[in-house]
Amino acid sequence: MPRNSKNKPVITPEIVAEHGLSEGEYEIILDRLGREPNINELGIFSVMWSEHCSYKSSRRHLAKFLTKGDKVIQGPGENAGVIDIGDGDAIIFKMESHNHPSYIEPYQGAATGVGGIMRDVFTMGARPIALMNALRFGEPDHPKTKSLVNGVVAGIGGYGNCVGVPTVGGETNFHKGYNGNILVNAMCVGLARTDNVFYSAAKGIGNPIFYVGSKTGRDGIHGATMASAEFDDDSEEKRPTVQVGDPFTEKLLIEACLELMATDAIIAIQDMGAAGLTSSSIEMADKGGVGIELNLDKVPQREPNMTPYEMMLSESQERMLMVIQPGKEQMAFDVFEKWELDVAQIGKTTDTGRLVLKHQRKKVCDIPIAPLADDAPNLDRPYEIPKSLPVISLSDIHETQDYDDALVRIISNPDIASKRWIWEQYDRTVMTDTVDSSQSGGDAAIVRIHGSNKAVAITTDVTPRYVQADPYEGGKQCVAETWRNLTCVGADPIAITDCLNFGNPERPEIMGQLVGAIEGMNEACRAFDYPVVSGNVSLYNETNGQAIPPTPAVGGVGLIPDLTHFATLNGAKEGDTLILLGETTGWLGSSIYLREILRREEGAPPPVDLEAEKRTGDYVRKLIRMRRVNAVHDLSDGGLAITACEMAFAGNIGMSLNASVGIPLHGWLFGEDQGRYLLAVDEHSVNPVISTAKDKGIIAQVVGKVGGDRITAVGGFDVTLQGLREKHEGWLPEFMS
Amino acid sequence: MKTAVIVFPASNCDRDAAVALEKITGHKAEMVWHRETTLPAGIDFVVIPGGFSYGDYLRSGAMAARSPIVKDIVTKANLGLPVAGFCNGFQILTEAGLLPGALMRNTGLKYVCRPQKLKISNNNTRYTSKYGNVSEVTFPIAHHDGNYFADDETLNKLEKGGRVVFRYDGNPNGSARDIAGICNEAGNVFGMMPHPERAIDPLHGGTDGINLFKSIIESI
Amino acid sequence: MKAIIHIGLKPGVLDPQGRTIARSLGDLGFSEVKQARQGKVIELDLAGEDITIAETRVKDMCEKLLANTVIESYRIEIED
Repeated sequence: MPRNSKNKPVITPEIVAEHGLSEGEYEIILDRLGREPNINELGIFSVMWSEHCSYKSSRRHLAKFLTKGDKVIQGPGENAGVIDIGDGDAIIFKMESHNHPSYIEPYQGAATGVGGIMRDVFTMGARPIALMNALRFGEPDHPKTKSLVNGVVAGIGGYGNCVGVPTVGGETNFHKGYNGNILVNAMCVGLARTDNVFYSAAKGIGNPIFYVGSKTGRDGIHGATMASAEFDDDSEEKRPTVQVGDPFTEKLLIEACLELMATDAIIAIQDMGAAGLTSSSIEMADKGGVGIELNLDKVPQREPNMTPYEMMLSESQERMLMVIQPGKEQMAFDVFEKWELDVAQIGKTTDTGRLVLKHQRKKVCDIPIAPLADDAPNLDRPYEIPKSLPVISLSDIHETQDYDDALVRIISNPDIASKRWIWEQYDRTVMTDTVDSSQSGGDAAIVRIHGSNKAVAITTDVTPRYVQADPYEGGKQCVAETWRNLTCVGADPIAITDCLNFGNPERPEIMGQLVGAIEGMNEACRAFDYPVVSGNVSLYNETNGQAIPPTPAVGGVGLIPDLTHFATLNGAKEGDTLILLGETTGWLGSSIYLREILRREEGAPPPVDLEAEKRTGDYVRKLIRMRRVNAVHDLSDGGLAITACEMAFAGNIGMSLNASVGIPLHGWLFGEDQGRYLLAVDEHSVNPVISTAKDKGIIAQVVGKVGGDRITAVGGFDVTLQGLREKHEGWLPEFMS
Repeated sequence: MKTAVIVFPASNCDRDAAVALEKITGHKAEMVWHRETTLPAGIDFVVIPGGFSYGDYLRSGAMAARSPIVKDIVTKANLGLPVAGFCNGFQILTEAGLLPGALMRNTGLKYVCRPQKLKISNNNTRYTSKYGNVSEVTFPIAHHDGNYFADDETLNKLEKGGRVVFRYDGNPNGSARDIAGICNEAGNVFGMMPHPERAIDPLHGGTDGINLFKSIIESI
Repeated sequence: MKAIIHIGLKPGVLDPQGRTIARSLGDLGFSEVKQARQGKVIELDLAGEDITIAETRVKDMCEKLLANTVIESYRIEIED
């Protein structure tokens, strides 16, 4: 390492490159500072301008999203999105990825993912009330898959269970496209009062800045081969690359923060997530238009001799930064000390507009804050939206000769098989407001607003094979499916969060997937008035040039205004009639049938007619509120057949499906046409439900009956409910044993 | 009727317990912080709630059992004060020596959360009298360390004294003799791994837990 | 002075983690493994110089908190 006359490292082009900064970016830094940065300053620019913090590849495309609406209190740009659910209640929620750390160390990676997303939510003043997760693993046969599933599930449970927030639902898929890059996306939903939401903008001059939570260690410092002269010889070994979560401290942090938030002591608050102290202090200062001065000697440190560089870039977990109202310092100390947390006053707001860091009585950083945010790269990467795969005609898709076998294979395939082995490891009932969860296999979880008769419905969804086949239609579909899932339980869909997981954006076809998916998603958001209020982007999910299937996971939240009128897929009774709403063409392109039975992954995905979707969904919600239906389930993977089976499992009652009319049987039973719902209704409701549907221009038809202990389809399958359930429940425990 | 719920760092069913007590007694429960050295005056019934006190570090319930408030609870329980511990609360009661045995890692080694069928083994305790001749209930379980262990002599003594109050129907965790809940010799201290406080609401987990609270409250 | 405390389940108490470790080692071809017991090690840095006093104090710590003698036994090593 070259050194200057003061024996300090000189910033060489190699060091700049190791920090992931381009020559052009470094030129901007030189220009704004009017001098060479020191190593601390370089580190700070590097993390602030990283993909993770600056969204440099996606920002201009994310800007297209619908982000406003009647019920939106806060859209993207804060720690989480905030929506109004009436009566002074606000729901605060976000989904975030923790993909790479979970692949390296599945237990801690997943656990800290859950911890991080919870902090995003309670930072804003909300008590977390529900967790969800969307997981993607490699193919079951891959040697790493089993241990990854084991670790990730244990990590999610280990963290969420301890903190005492119910994990109420999620989805888990397996595909070879994730062999080298699993996806762990965690979502948290919290409850606050609309008049007590906290934001990150620092305000005022000379106000004290508090550090609260765990001590700072050398966790997750990405400084590459950063051999700064200020490091000890053995400092490389001292830097664990894996961050370890401490749910015990998180729980104390939640209680302490909420206790202090009930007073007027906090002006602004921000959790220290990725890039820790750097991004939290800069975001607070930038949003508030103030400067910040920190004395790093005051930062609670876990290890001796930590350098400013290490402290600013550490990703140690369970830490918060806040600006405290002058005069309320003692109150803050008292609350945090009661909860046995480390707390220190480490600095103050200033009027300089600069970030100034002091360490051992020396100034070790002095940079203007505005350029860090304003000049952050905003790339217009070349992209090429892939064309949709060609439509496959139903006549080109072989019809199975053995429907019993086809049904069993589909119901027990890894994507459809029961995930009981997973969700039984999550506490779903703590807080005693879980009305419905993974336990029922339903479309959306239902979590009551404590002490009231209303509830939020929460769901996560995406069908990566559709997005792969056609990013635009697939993007529309993932938003539409969450809207449909919320509708199925009788909720008014309000808003979404998203987690956009893609490969390397430097490749135009990957960038095209991202842009296409965003445009499709946005089209659906606008059609349903269903804005995006928070989210994150995870790029570079690829190994040896092999990108993951494009996976824009969507988390939807809706409101059930009155818990005397809701529905689930459990409730079908002996003698009920099954009605199918929505148009069926027998679409098998990119379907589970095509993949599992014929081993073909091809064909255009089913298109989503957003107008028909809205019409049908609004009608379903109305029927639920009129109590016209006993059970509701939407049609998705595996089509009518699988939907009927899932309804049968939930209600523990048989189903018999009628013959297909005018559509080849395999398309009728397994086709994945969108915008469809299966309803179980009392005999006397059949005519009114169908005739009103027709008046509204919605296709509605009787497709079968509820009853007995078998699952049958005329001309197709005939199997026992119990036998099929064993196949459905059996795959995952057997795989994991 | 005055009830108290003890709050340790990382208790997480404290609110649930308080909601249950208020629903049954009509009065708010006192929330008592673990650093207090005495219970508030006039407390008739104490619940030690579930959760992960002290992160379950060292052993589940070990550190909570040594906290200042538990000292006072032990003294008063030995004088007859009714005390119930659910889940982590049960672990704390065994660690504090108010109930015999210990709760070990589930034999399946995994955390398990599910609605669990239980058999009432003794309908004549202060915690089960209101069940009448009901012999089966369902409470949610949610734990990692629920595997009840005691030596044979202790187990025989428990059985002989009618102190095995609930047993699992389908053992989820490897507990000796399917034991889910026990009481002390005097019958005032009771602990169980399942969560009766999560079974007091038809929209959430059913209502089988109500009679457990009614039994003890009405016995006071 | 340093105290190293080894805590393990008493003989006769079922150790599901140990059993699983033994089984996994067997699966990996280590057929000589007849049994595994899992425990924990706690290291304490102690002030003071009298080893006898330290031993008595650490034993007291084990009885009062560190081990649950219903199911666990312990062994203490004191190092200078």
